[in-house]
Amino acid sequence: MTTLDSERTQVTSTPTAGPWRTAWRDLRRNKVAMGSLVVLVLVILVCIAAPLYASAIAHTDAFTSNVNGTITINGQTISVLETSSEGLGLGVNPIGPTWTNQYFLGADNQGRDVAARILYGGRNSLVIGFTSALLCCFLAGIVGIVSGFFGKGVDAVLSRGLDVLWAFPVYLLAICLSIVLINSTIAVGPVRLTSGSLWLPILIIGIIYVPYVARPVRGQVISLREREFVQAAIGSGAPDLRLLRREILPNVLPTLIVFLPLMTAINMLTEAALSFLSIGVQPPDASWGTIVNDGVGLLYTRPWVAIAPGIMLAITAVALNLLGDGVRESLDPKAKLRGAA
Amino acid sequence: MWRFAGKRALAAVLVLFAISVLVFLIFFATPGSDPAARIAGRNASQETLDQVRASFGFDRPIWIQYGLMMRHLFIDRDLTSFVNRGAQVIPQVTQAIPVTLSLVFGAALIWVLLALVMGVWATAARGTAIDPIILILGVIGVSLPVFWLGEVVNLITQSRLHDSIFAWVPPLGYVPLSDGVGPWALHLLFPWLTLAVLYAGIYARVLRSEMVQSMNEDYVRMARAKGIGETRVLLRHSLRTSLISVVTLFGLDFGALIGGAALLTEVVFGLQGVGKLTYDSLTNFDLPVILACVLYASFFVVFANFLVDLLYAWLDPRVRSV
Repeated sequence: MTTLDSERTQVTSTPTAGPWRTAWRDLRRNKVAMGSLVVLVLVILVCIAAPLYASAIAHTDAFTSNVNGTITINGQTISVLETSSEGLGLGVNPIGPTWTNQYFLGADNQGRDVAARILYGGRNSLVIGFTSALLCCFLAGIVGIVSGFFGKGVDAVLSRGLDVLWAFPVYLLAICLSIVLINSTIAVGPVRLTSGSLWLPILIIGIIYVPYVARPVRGQVISLREREFVQAAIGSGAPDLRLLRREILPNVLPTLIVFLPLMTAINMLTEAALSFLSIGVQPPDASWGTIVNDGVGLLYTRPWVAIAPGIMLAITAVALNLLGDGVRESLDPKAKLRGAA
Repeated sequence: MWRFAGKRALAAVLVLFAISVLVFLIFFATPGSDPAARIAGRNASQETLDQVRASFGFDRPIWIQYGLMMRHLFIDRDLTSFVNRGAQVIPQVTQAIPVTLSLVFGAALIWVLLALVMGVWATAARGTAIDPIILILGVIGVSLPVFWLGEVVNLITQSRLHDSIFAWVPPLGYVPLSDGVGPWALHLLFPWLTLAVLYAGIYARVLRSEMVQSMNEDYVRMARAKGIGETRVLLRHSLRTSLISVVTLFGLDFGALIGGAALLTEVVFGLQGVGKLTYDSLTNFDLPVILACVLYASFFVVFANFLVDLLYAWLDPRVRSV
C-alpha cells in the first residue's frame, strides 16, 4: 500500500502545473467536495457571528442564566422558565422553540437561549476539532518521519510507544486523561493550564489519535527511503536534515493533509462525546456536546435542546468527511480507505 | 510461523503490561491528581487525608502499590473496589460481560449484513446514481454522534411515538437471555440498530472500494471470459477476495467493542455493560475497577491485533520475516 503512495510524485505533469496546483484543480472540479467546502464555510461563518446573533437578534447573553426572565411574543408576556412537576426537567419547564428572534430554539434549564449557545458552542467544537487535528498530524508527522527515517533503535522505541497507544482503547484513554486532568490546574514550566481551559481537550484528543496517522506515515517513509531518488541523494552525501527537508517531507506532506479534514471530523465527534460525558468543555463554556448533555434532562419535554446541536455536528462532520474524500482523491488517489475510527 | 507467533504473543503481553503501568501512572503520578484527596472528598482535613492514605496504602512507594494491585487482580483474584469497600472487582466485570456481548454480537450481525448488501449493490450499480447515494449514506452513518443518535431514538421510541407505532418497545434496560430470546432481543433491538448505523456505512465503503479494485484483476476477467454471469462473478469471485480486508477491519472493531468501546451506546440506553462499568468507575475514581476494566478492554484490542497479524502472516509468508 505504501509503495503506491509515493508513485504519484514521480508523475510530473506540465512544467507549469506543480502537484499542488494539479490537486487543487482536481478538487475544484469535484462537486461533492466543493459543496461540502461551501457548507463548512457557512457553518464556520455562522459560528463566528455568534456574538452578533446574541446581541443584535436574540438580545441575550448566552452564558448567564436567566431564571426569572420574561419575553413578549405577539403581545403576550411569557416567562422563560416555568416551574413544573412533569417530565425530567428538574422541576423547571423552560420555554420551547419560539421560532422567532428571541429563544428561536427555546431555552435550556437555566433559561439561556439555546440557539445562541449553539453558535457559541460551535466555535469551541470547531476550534477544538481543528486544532487537535492539526496537533495530531504534526506530532504524527514528526514521530512517523523520525521513526521511519532513522530506523533501528529510534524506530523500535517509537514504534513500541505507538503500539501501546494503539492498543489502549481510544475512548477509554481520552476519558482517563480527561477525568484526571479536567479539574486540576497543570503547570509545566511557564505554561499554565487552568481547569476548564480548551487546551486540555485539544491536547488530549490530539494525542490519542497520533498512532492512526503516524503508522501510515512511518510506512511511507520507510518505503521512500528505498527509492532511487532518495538513495541517490544519500549517495551524493546529502546530510540527514537536507534529505528530510528536500526529499522526505514533500512526499509525506500530502498524506498528512489528506488526514487533516478526516481527523478534524473524528476529533469533533470525540470532543462531543467527552463533553457529553461532562469531561470535555467545562461550563459555563459550551460546545455542541455539552448542549446535547444539557438537553438530555429535557429530552421528552423540550427535545430541540438536544436535537439541534447534534444536527449541527452531524452536518459539519458529513461535510468534513466528504471534503476529506475529495482531498484524498485529488492528492493521493491510490490511498486506501481508512477503517472506522 | 510458530517463531513469528511466539514473538507476536510476547510483544502483546509486553504491550498489556505497558498499558497497566500507563493507567496506573495516569491516576497516581499525574500532577494535580491525588487519589486520597478524591476519596476523602472536598475540604477534608489533613488527618482524614492521612488516614485515607494509610488505609488505602497510598503512603507506600508507588511500585509496591502497583505490584499489590496486580497481585490481587491476577494471582489472588480478590481485588476490591476503593469506593464500595469490600466489593470484589472481578465479579462486577464478569456480570457486565454478557450485556456487552449481547449488544455487540447483535449489532455486528446487523451491520455486517447491511454492509454486504450496500457494498455489493453499490459495486453492481456503479456508474448510476445509486452508487454515490449509498456511499454518502455511509458517510452520514459515521458522521452521526452515536450518543446523540441514541437519544433521538429514545425520544422517538420511548416518548413521541410510544403511544402509537412504537407501543411495543420495552423500557430501557437489559433483560438476560435466560428470560427468553424474545424479550432479550426486543430490549436490545434499538441499541443494536444505533450501533450498527455507525459501522455499516464504513464497511460498505471499504467493501465497495475493494470490490471495484478486484473487478480489474485477472481472475475476475478470466471468470467473465469463461462466460459466467455478472451476478455470479460479483458474488463468487469479486466479493470473496474482497472480504479479506473487511474481515481484518471487523476483527479490530469487534475486539474494541467487546472490550467496552460501545460505552456511549451503553450509557445512553442504560445497559449495565463493561463500557458503562468502566465509565462509572472512572467518574467515581475507583482505581481498582478502572484498572481491571482497562486491562480487560485492552486485552481484546491486543488479542484482535495479534489474530490479525497471524492471519496476515499465514496468508502472506513475507510478513513473517519482519
